[in-house]
Amino acid sequence: MLVYIVRRILQSLVVLLVMSLLVFVAVYAIGNPVDIMINPQADQADRDAAIHALGLDKPLWEQYGLFLQHAVTGNFGKSFAYNVSAIEVIFERMPATLELATAAMVIGIVLGIPLGLWAGLKPDSASGKSIMTLSILGFSLPTFWVGLMLIMTFSVWLGWLPSSGRGPTTELLGVPVSFLTWEGAKYLILPATNLALFNLALIIRLTRAGTREALMQDYVKFARAKGLSNTRVVGVHVLKNILIPIVTVIGLQFGSVIAFAIVTESVFAWPGMGKLIIDSINVLDRPVIVAYLMIIVALFILINLVVDLLYSALDPRVRLADA
Amino acid sequence: MDREALPSITAPTHAPVGNDVDTPFRRFVGDFTASKLAMFGLGLLVLLILCALLAPLLSPQNPYDLSQLDVVDSRLPPGSKNSAGTMTYWLGTDDQGRDMLSAIFYGLRISLGVGVAATLAALALGLAVGLAAAYFGGRVDSMIMRIVDMQLSFPAILIALVLLALLGQGVDKIVIALVAAQWAYYARTVRSAALVERRKEYIEAASCLGLSPGRIVFRHLLPNCLPPLIVVATVQVAAAIALEATLSFLGLGLPITEPSLGLLISNGYTYLLSGKYWISFFPGVALLATIVAINLVADHLRDVLNPRLQR
Repeated sequence: MLVYIVRRILQSLVVLLVMSLLVFVAVYAIGNPVDIMINPQADQADRDAAIHALGLDKPLWEQYGLFLQHAVTGNFGKSFAYNVSAIEVIFERMPATLELATAAMVIGIVLGIPLGLWAGLKPDSASGKSIMTLSILGFSLPTFWVGLMLIMTFSVWLGWLPSSGRGPTTELLGVPVSFLTWEGAKYLILPATNLALFNLALIIRLTRAGTREALMQDYVKFARAKGLSNTRVVGVHVLKNILIPIVTVIGLQFGSVIAFAIVTESVFAWPGMGKLIIDSINVLDRPVIVAYLMIIVALFILINLVVDLLYSALDPRVRLADA
Repeated sequence: MDREALPSITAPTHAPVGNDVDTPFRRFVGDFTASKLAMFGLGLLVLLILCALLAPLLSPQNPYDLSQLDVVDSRLPPGSKNSAGTMTYWLGTDDQGRDMLSAIFYGLRISLGVGVAATLAALALGLAVGLAAAYFGGRVDSMIMRIVDMQLSFPAILIALVLLALLGQGVDKIVIALVAAQWAYYARTVRSAALVERRKEYIEAASCLGLSPGRIVFRHLLPNCLPPLIVVATVQVAAAIALEATLSFLGLGLPITEPSLGLLISNGYTYLLSGKYWISFFPGVALLATIVAINLVADHLRDVLNPRLQR
């Protein structure tokens, strides 16, 4: 196990290095780094100072070393738009995105697993079929369009929920969150629902497929033969056995929820990292773009690593296959 | 293989009446037309493609000829007459007095065009890479697959977004971004199909005959890998159209001179909050119809082309 963990961590570091090289090449070698990293409104003396400070007068391989060194210490230059360190701007927005993503995951799990179980237990009933139609829609409808329709229905026509922004936040362990007060939670409901739809559809499908497969297994027949109640057979025997793939996919999906938050945050003007990156691209605030890319790459690699390690802990066959 | 051979052996018992011959293609057509939902999807898709192709003929006005637009007619609700009283805006007008129906026909053109172009290019790239991986095997294969896996661990939208942030706007750029986001799906599908086919006897027979590798790959291996690829490509056209619309909505995809459906929706976004829903709503319905139609067709294609489900 230890050998596997060490090897898997080393692999992740290699991928991280490769990705950082790609970002470096994209930003430094293709574009002109002086234009990219230094505010175009700066005067000549500032430019020279910045070129020297960023080491842009050094050879390329040395620059890559410097870039890595800066990246490790979180120094990606100052944001043009906010005039503070780019990484600070991103970290300031991160709690909003994480709260939105977590809320979306919770909605997906809390609704998805029961609906999937129901559809798996009664695949031919009208309710089971309409759940599946719902999940097909969840897969195929573009997120931003569903978001607009949610705004149109619940904010413009019904006037129940606010259409944009984050509303008031309260501090929880030093992190600002929305869900503790009703005033704040009202702002969270629509964007979180919007972001949850894709995962909801995915979890419904996985649960349904898993349930249908599990129902045909001998252990379920045996449990029924023992005279256990239907609730116990489904709630304990079936559910326990279908959870492993669901947990894995939920873990892997967390990364893409954060990526798709870009769309949802833009539709609902939710002040998170995703809206920040779109704004930064629109005003060409490149230090923020580079910092965001490196953070998101690191995040994805971390998620993949954790899921792989968890999976190998849950299912030893994975480790053996890789050895 | 056995399943393929079965119908010809048992043919006399349920041979089709008349002079119909049961070819694989006819069986495919028969299976496909059996689903009403899929036929509905296909009909809708054909209708949408016709709208896109015939946009200049069908549209009541040319939405991008500024001389035909009248600012007096801006933001009219659906069904209003224009100021001269000569035409009806069935789906309303946008903030420049543009007929939404005409704008949607032209927008469909761009959305479908970009989606199909990106899919074909990604298909070609994925096909080449996937076949190379399967044919050469060994180190080439594991190298290619490592790149594919690495890319697939990142969501398509993120890859496209990063590329567009670096490249800027434009039709060519969004096609590049979509290809970069999608080629890996094809590469993986082709490789896994080709690996299965490669071990079959007819490939062995072909190499025993001394055929050149190129001929074996393109004339023997490739045609037999096509069914799963067709399914993936159909699904991916819908995904490409949705992704382009999303990127255009975010203001990163197409420039304002090439208004796809996503851009039309984005233009109407600000008016949505004041209750002028039609500027965003109807382009959205057109986008939705396109995506759902393609998915209905793809879903049924998957069932028909899947040998495990074949009767």
